[in-house]
Amino acid sequence: MRNYLILFLLLFATISFATNSLAIYPFSSPQQQQRFQQLTYQLRCLVCQNQNLAESDASLAADLRTQIAEKIRAGASDQEIIQYLVARYGDFVLYQPPVMQSTYLLWFGPFVLLLIGLAILMLRIRYLNKKSNSMNLTIEKEQHLERLLRNE
Amino acid sequence: MFKKIRRIIFFIPFLTFLFIALFFWHGLSLNPQLLPSPFINKPAPNFYLSSLSQPQEKFTNKIFLGHVTLLNVFATWCESCAEEHPFLVDLANQKIRIIGLDYKDQRAAALAYLAKYGNPYQLVLFDSTGNAAINWGVYGTPETFVIDAKGIVRYKQIGAIDEISWQQNILPIIKKYHA
Repeated sequence: MRNYLILFLLLFATISFATNSLAIYPFSSPQQQQRFQQLTYQLRCLVCQNQNLAESDASLAADLRTQIAEKIRAGASDQEIIQYLVARYGDFVLYQPPVMQSTYLLWFGPFVLLLIGLAILMLRIRYLNKKSNSMNLTIEKEQHLERLLRNE
Repeated sequence: MFKKIRRIIFFIPFLTFLFIALFFWHGLSLNPQLLPSPFINKPAPNFYLSSLSQPQEKFTNKIFLGHVTLLNVFATWCESCAEEHPFLVDLANQKIRIIGLDYKDQRAAALAYLAKYGNPYQLVLFDSTGNAAINWGVYGTPETFVIDAKGIVRYKQIGAIDEISWQQNILPIIKKYHA
């Protein structure tokens, strides 16, 4: 039990370590600090592509973090900073790809597939309904069936 | 009529599988490390850098005007750059104009490196902070840009240039823009 408690507490140790690394980039206000955190979490590191700029240890990521911090201090908006990076590195720096011609399939493909699936389902339901309707007995046949069942 | 539709419906899962498989198969052949540069067919980004050998001399993107140029981003700490280096020396001997961009390096180390392995560069720009390279969208050395005589970026090679990439990708671009 005590071991589990220690393991549990150790989880928090790593978290506080991660936030500590942000102290290298001092800001005058908590809002600026928060914007920096949000921006670096939503931008991709070009070197280790599965990491964002906040978490990457690559030297390029550190340089870009420094530039982003400087720009936030100088009063640049989030949009301006994102534009700055996209102009240099392309849309790949964004984890969320913008909606444009080359990404239509990515954005709308799933909905198209969903519509196709719904259409097939509707057709199928309609077909089965028709089939079961055509199997309904006429009144005379139903009476005949009843008589048979009563053994008349 | 319905039988026909039914037969088609039976094939839908198979066709869907085929479509998705082809899609992913194509994805496998793409190298995610090769990112298209947003500067292709755009003017070369500007900079204000000193030369490696003459710290007091400053250069801007005007150095590209008048010649088709290769801008090779390298560093002495970069292993693939060292692998690429002899090929660049060969190119320089074939009168290809190469300008170097020494990325996050020590001046003395870079000068010693060029003295030891030969200097293929007509000029080496010294970017000790790496900020000029960021303006060029550099994310890993070596990278080489082909810039035409009007200062427009025409191609970007990511990773070392070798005989294959030279013959297939870079030389045709140089020939195309060679006035």
